[in-house]
Amino acid sequence: MKVRARDPKQAWTEDFESSPVRDDGIETSTISGIPLKPLYTKDDLPARADELPGQFPYTRGIHPSGYRGRLWTMRQFSGFATAEETNRRYKYLLANGQTGLSVAFDMPTLMGQDSDAPTSRGEIGHCGVAIDSLADMETLFDGIPLGEITTSMTINSPAAILLCMYIAVAEEQGVPASVLGGTLQNDILKEFIAQKEFIFPPAPSMRLVVDSIEYCAKEVPKWNTISISGYHIREAGSTAAQELAFTLADGMAYVDACIERGMRIDDFAPRLSFFFDAHIDFFEEIAKFRAARRIWARWMRERYGAQDERSWKLRFHTQTAGVSLTAQQPELNIARTAIEALAAVLGGTQSLHTNAMDEVLALPTDKSARIALRTQQLLAYESGVANTVDPLGGSYFIEALTDEMELQAERYFKQIEDIGGVIPAIEASFFQKEIADSAFRYQSELEQKRRIMIGVNDFTVDEEVPIDILRIDPRLESEQVARVREVRRKRDPARCSNALTSLRKAAAGKDNLMPYILEAVRAYATEGEIMNTLIEVFGIYTERAVV
Amino acid sequence: MSPTAVRPVRIIVAKVGLDGHDRGVKVVARALRDAGYEVIYTGLRQTPEMVVDAALQEDAQVIGLSIHSGAHMTLFPAVVQELKRRKATDIIVFGGGIIPDDDIAALKKQGVEQLFTPGTPLQEIVEWLRKRLPTSPA
Repeated sequence: MKVRARDPKQAWTEDFESSPVRDDGIETSTISGIPLKPLYTKDDLPARADELPGQFPYTRGIHPSGYRGRLWTMRQFSGFATAEETNRRYKYLLANGQTGLSVAFDMPTLMGQDSDAPTSRGEIGHCGVAIDSLADMETLFDGIPLGEITTSMTINSPAAILLCMYIAVAEEQGVPASVLGGTLQNDILKEFIAQKEFIFPPAPSMRLVVDSIEYCAKEVPKWNTISISGYHIREAGSTAAQELAFTLADGMAYVDACIERGMRIDDFAPRLSFFFDAHIDFFEEIAKFRAARRIWARWMRERYGAQDERSWKLRFHTQTAGVSLTAQQPELNIARTAIEALAAVLGGTQSLHTNAMDEVLALPTDKSARIALRTQQLLAYESGVANTVDPLGGSYFIEALTDEMELQAERYFKQIEDIGGVIPAIEASFFQKEIADSAFRYQSELEQKRRIMIGVNDFTVDEEVPIDILRIDPRLESEQVARVREVRRKRDPARCSNALTSLRKAAAGKDNLMPYILEAVRAYATEGEIMNTLIEVFGIYTERAVV
Repeated sequence: MSPTAVRPVRIIVAKVGLDGHDRGVKVVARALRDAGYEVIYTGLRQTPEMVVDAALQEDAQVIGLSIHSGAHMTLFPAVVQELKRRKATDIIVFGGGIIPDDDIAALKKQGVEQLFTPGTPLQEIVEWLRKRLPTSPA
């Protein structure tokens, strides 16, 4: 019997159309709502020259050797209770093969207030470590050689103060600022947009960011002065494309502000870094990371005229998605995190935090923190995925999705520009509303079972086995309060009050504030005292609450 | 308004504590509004005193609290205490956030009537309110 030859593509289309299709009502679009075709072929490949890693526009990665040259940094975000306890956890993580530190501060520290402020009640040491003054910072890094490790600090409104404390501890260890390596989050725009840990109004907030970038360009040249973050935007409910677009728009707003200060693009752009979320929709995330590099490279070279290749390269840290974790059947979070971490690695991340399975319930225990770190080691050393540079490059699907991400981001840039830029868009609640809309859409899809979260809206179990969670001893609160009061008693009062007076005067003028903050820190002024001095000059910001 | 109309149920939805994680509170506020309640969202960083002030000023029957910083054991009972102090114990208090099971039991004993944790269907919150408040919108 003779079979008539059919055109293969035509044949596939006919065969697909005559095949049964699942009708479980579950969306086939990405988690962000991008419609997907069931099959991608070479017809979907963008018509552009073959890109290569280590070459403009870096879609395939910023290093020609990918992870063959160097693996990503395994950087677990941690901090809880007191500086002393967190110091112990850091030593434990370093002993277990972690390659960089990442400090989580508690809410009072993040909000620039001391542990004995009335509104710190109940918050001390709960979601990070409590740092009130240089004395706590000395304890936090006791016995950890700051010249040999790199440290990331997740802090924003009071970022300049914490950086100065780090510089001061290094000085005491005999380590000059010029060799210090690490990252300061210092991204105030995404605070206004998503995480909402703002204190000062936008203009003085931006001044502090530019002050720290300008200061570090001269004094702490190996420091990543800012980690422009999509993570919080995504966790607040945005789509992948919104995360990409809003984050890069923030990045350009910082570039504009530094240029306005009179800095040359190539003097600061190489130290800008980024921070993205790795959510559960595997391919969409990989496409997002690839698109981010391409867009940034293009804008830096073409719009800002950067000539140093390092200014074109978007380097980023990734954290797996906290929002994708479930309190129900929490052990499943290990599997979710592994999938998300793999997406980050295939997307070419420079450093990675993997969430612990119990982070949805409380701070991670030693055991769950170790499993999270081991998940990264498994990817690096067992799975083989680090052996090939950008292994998904050239995939019909990935390349098409990368282009789609880029297209959607460019559309948002246009919209933001039409509103007048990032800060006017914040003041008009543009981002906040976009994010709340996306969060609500996703929640509605879950309610309708058009999206499934295992253990939450399907595949549930009746009996939950409780897992151990880490609890913060309530005595810690009074101990930390006593500690900050002792610091105030013991310090040289004249040196401290002079430092704060000088800072206040400088804040009212135009000087770079970093040297003044550094002096106040060295004089053991507390974080709250320094912030309150600045608030006297800058005022505070109140958000218009939109639902 | 017709004279027989029942006064709409008004809910103060508030973020207490220092954290700014407002995704959950906004989603819940929208769902309650869609279910026919009058919802007033206070915004971020409300102290227990501010929340109770708002509830009394707005003549609210219900207060919904949200927190993600771990300070719930301090701040949720503080709202209940403040209601007692202001003799407004008829106002129902419920809450949500990242709250371990053991804490839920303890908070219920201290007068927080119900707690909803991540993954709770919005409908479950609405149904709980309807049962708890027979005058709820249908």
